[in-house]
Amino acid sequence: MAWDYIIQGFSEAVKLIDDPYVIEIAIRSIKVSGMATLMAVAWSLPISVLLGLKDFPCKWLVKTLINGLMGVPTVIWGLVLYLMFVPLGPLGSLGLLYTEMGISVGQALLITPIIMSIVVNSLESIEGEIRELALTLGADELRASFQVVRESVGGIVLAIIAAFNRAIAELGIALMIGGNIYVRGGVYNTRVLTTAIQMYTVRAEISIAIALGIILMGIVLAVNLLSNLVRKWLE
Amino acid sequence: MNKRVNTLVLLVLLLTGLSYGCIGSTNGTQTATEKPKVLTISTTTSLYDTGILENVVAPIFKEKYNIELRFIPKGTGGAILDAKSGASDAILVHALPKEQAFMEEGYGVNRKVFAYNFFVIVGPKDDPAGIRGLSVSEALKKIVEYGRAHPDKIVWVSRDDGSGTNTKEIALWKNAGFDFNELKNESWFGTTGAGMGNTLLYTSERKAYTLSDIGTYLKYQKEGKINLDVLVDKGEELINVYAIIIINPKKIPDKDFEGAMLLAEWLTSEEGQKAIAEYGKDEFGRPLFYPAVPVLKSEQGDVFRWILKYGFMKDGDKYTECPEKFRYQPKYDFFEFPASVVEG
Repeated sequence: MAWDYIIQGFSEAVKLIDDPYVIEIAIRSIKVSGMATLMAVAWSLPISVLLGLKDFPCKWLVKTLINGLMGVPTVIWGLVLYLMFVPLGPLGSLGLLYTEMGISVGQALLITPIIMSIVVNSLESIEGEIRELALTLGADELRASFQVVRESVGGIVLAIIAAFNRAIAELGIALMIGGNIYVRGGVYNTRVLTTAIQMYTVRAEISIAIALGIILMGIVLAVNLLSNLVRKWLE
Repeated sequence: MNKRVNTLVLLVLLLTGLSYGCIGSTNGTQTATEKPKVLTISTTTSLYDTGILENVVAPIFKEKYNIELRFIPKGTGGAILDAKSGASDAILVHALPKEQAFMEEGYGVNRKVFAYNFFVIVGPKDDPAGIRGLSVSEALKKIVEYGRAHPDKIVWVSRDDGSGTNTKEIALWKNAGFDFNELKNESWFGTTGAGMGNTLLYTSERKAYTLSDIGTYLKYQKEGKINLDVLVDKGEELINVYAIIIINPKKIPDKDFEGAMLLAEWLTSEEGQKAIAEYGKDEFGRPLFYPAVPVLKSEQGDVFRWILKYGFMKDGDKYTECPEKFRYQPKYDFFEFPASVVEG
């Protein structure tokens, strides 16, 4: 019986995949999480490069903190950001609650430690050899550092991909900050793949939930495939 | 290899530039096509889950006034928290005591009653506790008896989410002589902390009983998602009155008072009342909500008295949908009737 349910859901789901409504939600998901990734990369990369290449006191503490932040559950981010973003809250004047941009900012914060952690690790893993090699070959400090960053491009790509996948797959922030708003033809809609899947499962509208789930899995797998291709091509 | 790295760096730069460009240009076109005004409405899940807000109210409102309605479905408790934090322009709720407290604290004005339907106690077809057709209090007593005799089973499911339905449930338990907070600790008494739809699914799964609004129940039952019968639907205390409350612009500035008033006006207008009466008729054979305004205008019948008793506030020697002190530059009239109508 349960299998019938799932098989029927799947066959109906396949028909729904090119439904404009489903596509609209999928595109919003990509847009919101893509924006989050762009923001997170913009502020994480410079900091990570500094962290990876420079030594300073208490560096281990900073790194521990970043690794620890990776474990913060998304509902905690959702709760904290809700309290910050409500109009009468400390950041209320930004008007981010129940907007696409609000979700993006939340997801960007969520994935920042992921990007930083992977990039710092990959820089550190090659730093020693490459820098020495570069220095013996007559490069100055700056050029040597630049060379290290260039050599760890693979790690940076991996970090960006992992971060995007984490962002597009998370539910807590998208639901609590976005609110899963949908009005036909609306400008202020915030329904994304994860919040829609959650809602349709609760409403027991299984086939559309499965259709959206297939798309979400498709995006995540495609992005992974792409990243593997890029890394292979780099080697 | 160096060459490839260089190409990649170039590519990344190009893509970044492009995406920034895209985002910039979409912003540009959005302002150019003139964004519609937006109203944020916090609503109870029982209204939202039936689809009436998304499918009927929002499209009409957009076409008529070019105002986009953002509905945030939460329980009445959550809706009130959103409103107090300044997130909403109006709230759609169904929990008189909570509404009254919200307005007493100065957050809400110009309350209008726009719809009603009934709560029902639903449960498995074979009705193991034997409550079919009983009065609410008797049925609840039977459920407690049956539950205490079967402590290893979930017999009653409560939303326990501070919603309007939950508020009603607590009052019904109290009427039947039980304390909700004590019952909650008993092993046969399950809680979901979730919306109406979720709770119905869980109740059906566990072959248990729960209190539901009729709208959500009918929708889920009709679509074959749950297997529960309506077992108790008689009793004036089961009436479920929906109201809209506008956020007080003096308490929370920057809210769209005018827009929210438009929504209240439309919901209680002839057109809005007709839309409420029609919703679900074709699909479920009966409407999910009944328009309240015609009943209030008729000034007679049991339902009229029940709406007053369970959905109106007492203001001196009158029953009114919005007491005098909670009115703020109203553009519509409020229903008020002498207390003798209710108190006999």
